[in-house]
Amino acid sequence: MLEIANLTATAGEKDILKGINLTVNAGEVHAIMGPNGSGKSTLAQVLAGHPSYEVTGGTVYFEGEDLLALEPEERAHKGVFLAFQYPIEIPGVSNAYFLRSAYNAMRVARGGEEVDPMEFLDVMEEKLKIVEMDDAMLARSVNMGFSGGEKKRNEILQMAVLEPKLAILDETDSGLDIDALRVVAEGVNKLRRGENATIVVTHYQRLLNYIVPDYVHVLAGGRIIRSGGKELALELEEKGYDWLLQEALA
Amino acid sequence: MTIPHWHAAFAARAGGDEPVWLSPMRHLAMASFSALGFPTPALEDWHYTSLASIADVPYRTTVVASSTSVADLAPFMINADWPTVVLLNGVFSPSLSSLDSMPAGLTVLPLAEAWVSHPELVQKHLGKVAIGEHAMTALNTAMIQDGVFIHAPPNMHVLSPLHIVHVTDAAAAEAATFPRTLVVADRLATMTVLESFVSLADVSYLTNHVAEIVLGDGATVHHFKLQRESEQATHVSTTEVHQSRDSHFVNFSMAVGARLSRTNVYTVLDGENCGATLNGLYLGKGRQHTDHQTRIEHAQPNCFSRELYKGVLDDASRAVFNGKVYVHPVAQKTDGKQSNHTLLLSPEARIDTKPQLEIFADDVKCTHGATVGRMDEAGLFYMKSRGVPAETARKLLTYAFAADVLETIEVEAVKLALEQLTLERYAGTAASPTHATREG
Repeated sequence: MLEIANLTATAGEKDILKGINLTVNAGEVHAIMGPNGSGKSTLAQVLAGHPSYEVTGGTVYFEGEDLLALEPEERAHKGVFLAFQYPIEIPGVSNAYFLRSAYNAMRVARGGEEVDPMEFLDVMEEKLKIVEMDDAMLARSVNMGFSGGEKKRNEILQMAVLEPKLAILDETDSGLDIDALRVVAEGVNKLRRGENATIVVTHYQRLLNYIVPDYVHVLAGGRIIRSGGKELALELEEKGYDWLLQEALA
Repeated sequence: MTIPHWHAAFAARAGGDEPVWLSPMRHLAMASFSALGFPTPALEDWHYTSLASIADVPYRTTVVASSTSVADLAPFMINADWPTVVLLNGVFSPSLSSLDSMPAGLTVLPLAEAWVSHPELVQKHLGKVAIGEHAMTALNTAMIQDGVFIHAPPNMHVLSPLHIVHVTDAAAAEAATFPRTLVVADRLATMTVLESFVSLADVSYLTNHVAEIVLGDGATVHHFKLQRESEQATHVSTTEVHQSRDSHFVNFSMAVGARLSRTNVYTVLDGENCGATLNGLYLGKGRQHTDHQTRIEHAQPNCFSRELYKGVLDDASRAVFNGKVYVHPVAQKTDGKQSNHTLLLSPEARIDTKPQLEIFADDVKCTHGATVGRMDEAGLFYMKSRGVPAETARKLLTYAFAADVLETIEVEAVKLALEQLTLERYAGTAASPTHATREG
């Protein structure tokens, strides 16, 4: 589904990604772990098409198509979804309108027709249950005045509405208490399908107790320095990252 | 300078059956205008806005007959049930107005009728609030021909908004009109007045409007101004307000039309415990120039004022905001807050914003702030990453920026109408992004 080869990217003058290679197949869950500043979030944002990063080399193919040639909205239409580490606040635009705009844009891009507000409310009813959210959240401006947990739940709600093929969760667990973490993780699990894939970017092993990965990759200094099964995450939790970094340098 | 043109126009304006007190007032105003001349950028208050383009235009002051019908005005009515006064090319039109549903005791009359039928009230206030130290106000007074007079007696709560529609059609091409509004809200009266300036023809003309609003003790007046003139027009409008103790004045100025527009809103809080809220929204495009000047004069203690002006400027449009707050030495415990925020959509767009606080009392709380920004790139990327096309995302964010200040409008029907106008420009959709609950 996703094939990343020798991907390099910069932010301003700074080299951040220094040759990423990663293949993700349908049905798989990949965890990307690593210390702060390793490039985890950059990788997530580059895949979504964030304008602050410049891709300087390498390729990314999504279902055989050159992902890097697409605008962010086109990537979304193809089925790529990024749950933001820091969801953006949009004053003056209601969550319902935002979600419906996104939902309809997606339907139109995929050859369908727009739904009217009434039909959309029916769609929402089921989606809200997935993240245990009250429909009062729909009337509020996007992420305005939301708590940290509400913002992350709102990200998963968007994911539920847009039904992506590839979901990239960028530190969705950061800043969550254990209850919010459970709700968010269960939401993600409910949305898992055999034909979909998930990339979980996280600093902590904790989230992986809830969203169990098939593969764990350790990113450091802009490269994947170790890949393994879910037991690698436990090893990292126990021993930290230093031993891996030293091995990589040796 | 075309002062001679205006002298001739003044001389040609027949006194007709105007009351004897009006003539000397007009002559004084003409003398004042002659002395002042059209404002030039040399004046501090006109630093960023030049009327040079109209100073030499020999505007006609009489207009030919026109055939505008009620149906032509339908798109501008907002709510057909509201009592509506239509001034067609500056003159009251009985056939276009609808004043049937008026509450008993409320007076709404064409000004040229009121100064005959209600001489005491009109003479008492006309030209007393807007005294004509400004050239354009003096010119309005000198050339005064018609307008609207509204009087609410003590304790009257006028529930329905009153709509004054200033209509200009093709008959007013190259003409100048001088509409005048006089609103008197007696002790504890409350009312809402909306003044719309609309055009039915894409022609050039000058609207020189003056509104005087008098609030008695404890009165509340909401005054909305919706400027959607022809994009070739020049629009100069001054609203001057006098507030007695415990009164509340709420003003909203929305400017979307005209080639060049200048809106002045001045209020004097001349009693204790008054409140004044002056908000506004300007949407510029093309080469439009939109200027707002406000002056809030705190003349007595324990009053508050709130001011929020927002603007969205596209293409090579320009806007000016100058907000003065003047606090007299006696006006202790004044609580004033002013902000101006402008979104620039194009590198050629420009805003000159100038908050001016002059405070002569020592126990006051006054703040001001101004921001000028461009499109929120983070918000844009967020929306695009959810599949929303770039252009839609841009429009939605622009609408949301502007709609924020519309949220302050307490009269729901007016708020919806102004939101609709803003939506038409930016969102290209009929549904409001702000109000999810009303959609379904």
